[in-house]
Amino acid sequence: MTDTTLSATPVPPTVTPAREVWLALKTNNGAMAGLIVIVVLVFTAIFANFIAPYHYAEVFKECVTKVCPPIWQDGSDSRFILGTDSVGRDLWSRLVYGSRYSLFIGTIVVTISLAAGILFGLLSGFFRGTIDILVMRLMDIILSIPSLLLALAIVAILGSGLLNAMIAVAITYIPHYARLARAAVLTELPKDYVTASRVAGAGTLRLMLNVVLPNCLAPLIVQATLSFSTAILDAAALGFLGYGAQAPTPEWGTMLADARTLIRSQPWVVTFPGLAILVTVLAFNLLGDGLRDALDPKLKR
Amino acid sequence: MIRFVLTRLGLVIPTFLGIILLTFILIRLVPGDPVEVRVGERGISPERHAELIHQMGLDRPLYVQFFDYVGGVLKGDLGISVITHRPVMDEFLTLFPATVELAIFAMIFATLIGLPAGVLAAVRRGSVYDHTVMGTSLTGYSMPIFWWGLLLILFFSVKLGWTPVAKRLGDDYFVDEVTGFMLIDTLLSDEKGSFLDAVKHLILPTIVLGTVPLAVIARMTRSAMLEVLGEDYIRTARAKGLGIYRIVAIHALRNALVPVVTVIGLQVGTLMGGAILTESVFSWPGIGKWLVESIGRRDYPALQGGVLVIAALVMATNLAVDLLYGLLNPRIRHRR
Repeated sequence: MTDTTLSATPVPPTVTPAREVWLALKTNNGAMAGLIVIVVLVFTAIFANFIAPYHYAEVFKECVTKVCPPIWQDGSDSRFILGTDSVGRDLWSRLVYGSRYSLFIGTIVVTISLAAGILFGLLSGFFRGTIDILVMRLMDIILSIPSLLLALAIVAILGSGLLNAMIAVAITYIPHYARLARAAVLTELPKDYVTASRVAGAGTLRLMLNVVLPNCLAPLIVQATLSFSTAILDAAALGFLGYGAQAPTPEWGTMLADARTLIRSQPWVVTFPGLAILVTVLAFNLLGDGLRDALDPKLKR
Repeated sequence: MIRFVLTRLGLVIPTFLGIILLTFILIRLVPGDPVEVRVGERGISPERHAELIHQMGLDRPLYVQFFDYVGGVLKGDLGISVITHRPVMDEFLTLFPATVELAIFAMIFATLIGLPAGVLAAVRRGSVYDHTVMGTSLTGYSMPIFWWGLLLILFFSVKLGWTPVAKRLGDDYFVDEVTGFMLIDTLLSDEKGSFLDAVKHLILPTIVLGTVPLAVIARMTRSAMLEVLGEDYIRTARAKGLGIYRIVAIHALRNALVPVVTVIGLQVGTLMGGAILTESVFSWPGIGKWLVESIGRRDYPALQGGVLVIAALVMATNLAVDLLYGLLNPRIRHRR
C-alpha cells in the first residue's frame, strides 16, 4: 500500500498487428457500417430457413391470378411483407435465401482467384525469366478483355449455371492478384530476412509459402475484400443476362432477369432484389476501403 | 521518346497475338461438332460435312489453321455469322456507331459532373459536401447498373412518362442511316422532331452507362487534387495571398488533371462491359446487346470476332493513353 503510484502505472498493452488494424478500423465509421451490414448478412444467410417465413420456391396460387403487392399498398396480403413475384412466391423469403447465394458466390470466386493469383504471382516473382514473361503476358491478355465480356465468353463455352458463372468470374480476377503478389514478392525477395532463411537452408517452396508469402498478404487482403463486392456484382449481372444461376434459384441478379416485363405491373419485384445487391456490394466496398487505409497508411486518401 | 514508344509496342504486339491465339482456341473449346458450331446447322449429311470440313480448312494441321486465322484477322476477315450469314466484321461495323455514340455521351456526362465534384470535395476536404460526394460516388461505384437502368425506367418512363423505354428512335420516324450516329443522322434528315426524339432516347442510357465512370472520376480527381494541394508551390501561392479558387483554377487543376485524364482513358474497358448491360436493359441496338444475343443464338463466330475486336480496341486506347502520359510526363518516359 505504500507504493500505490508505481503499481497504478498502466502497463502498455502489447499491440499485435491484427489489433493495430482493428483499432484503426474502429475509428472508421464507413468501414464499421459496412462490417455491421456484413455481419447481419452472414447471420441472415446462416439462419435463412428460420428467418424466411416460407420456402423460396413455395408458390401461393391465390397470388398468381391476383397480384399481391407489398403490405403498404392496397390489395395486399398481410402474409407477404414485400409482396409476391410473377409466379406467386413470397419475395421477402426469396431475398432472405438469396443472401446465401451472394455470400457463397463471393467466397468461392475470391478463393479461386486468390489461390490461382498467388500461385501465378509467386511463380513469376521467384523464377523470373521465361515463366515470368509467359505468365505476365497471359495476365495482360485476360486484362485487355472487359471482365463481363470474358466471363460471358467463358460461360458460352462451359454452359450457363451458377457454378460455371463463378468459375468464369474468378478467372477474370486472377490477373489482379497475380500482379499484386508478384510485385510484393519482388519487394520482399532482396530483404535480409529472406537471405537469412535461404542461408539457413530453406528450400524454394518453404521460402515461397512460409517466409515471403505472409509478408505479402496486406495488399492481397484488401484486394480480396474489394473483389468480393465486384464478384457479387458480376455474378448478378450474368444472372440478369440469363447466363448465371438459373430459375427458380433465388439469386438476386437472376430474380431481376424477367423483371423488365414486370416493371409496369409489379414494380416491387424490380426494386427490392437490386436494392439488396447494392447494399451488399456497398458494405464490402466500405469495409475494403477501410481495410486499405488501416493496413497501408501511406495509401490513405 | 522513340525508345519509349518502341518498348511499349514491344509489350503490346505479343499481347495482341496472344489474344488472337486465345480467340482461336476459344471457338475450338466449344463442345459439339466443329462444323455445326461454325455453320449453326444440325444433322448435316456426312458428304456435306466432309465437304465443309475441307472448305473451312479444318482438315489441315492446327498451326496452318492458326496462321490462316491470323492472316484473315490482319486483313479484317473475322469469319461469317452463323445467323445472318454476313461477315462478322460488317455486322460489327454496322452496330458499332450506336455503342460509340452512347459511350461518348456517357463519358461527357461522367466528366462534366465528376470532375467539378471531385475538385470541390478536395478543396472543402472534411466538409459535409466532401462526405456527400465520397458517399455518393462509392454508392455509384457499387451500383448494379442493370438495376439502376430499370429503376430509372420505372421512375422517368413509367411514372412520369418523360423518356422512352427502349431503342434509339421512336417507330414513327424514318431516318436514313448516313453516319450511324443517330444525333447526326436525325439532324441531316428532314423528319421534324426526330432529333429531339433521339436525344430523349439517349438520356437514360447515358446516365446508366456513365454512373460508374462518374464515380471513378470523382474519386480520382479528389485524391489527385488533394495530393497537388499539399505541394510547396501551392503554399507559396497561398502565401502570396491568392484566393483558393484562383489557386485551384490556375495552379492546381492543371497538374491534377494528368492522372485524371489517364483514368478517363482507361475507362474504355469499363464502358464496353457496361455497354453489355446498358444496351440489354434499353434494347439499344449496339455491340453489347449483339454480343449477348450472339451467345443466346450460339453464333460463335460473332462472339469470337466481337471479343477480338473489343480487346484490340481496349489495348489500342490503353497504349494511346500510355504514350500520351509519357509525352506529358518526362519522368515516365525516361524511366527504365
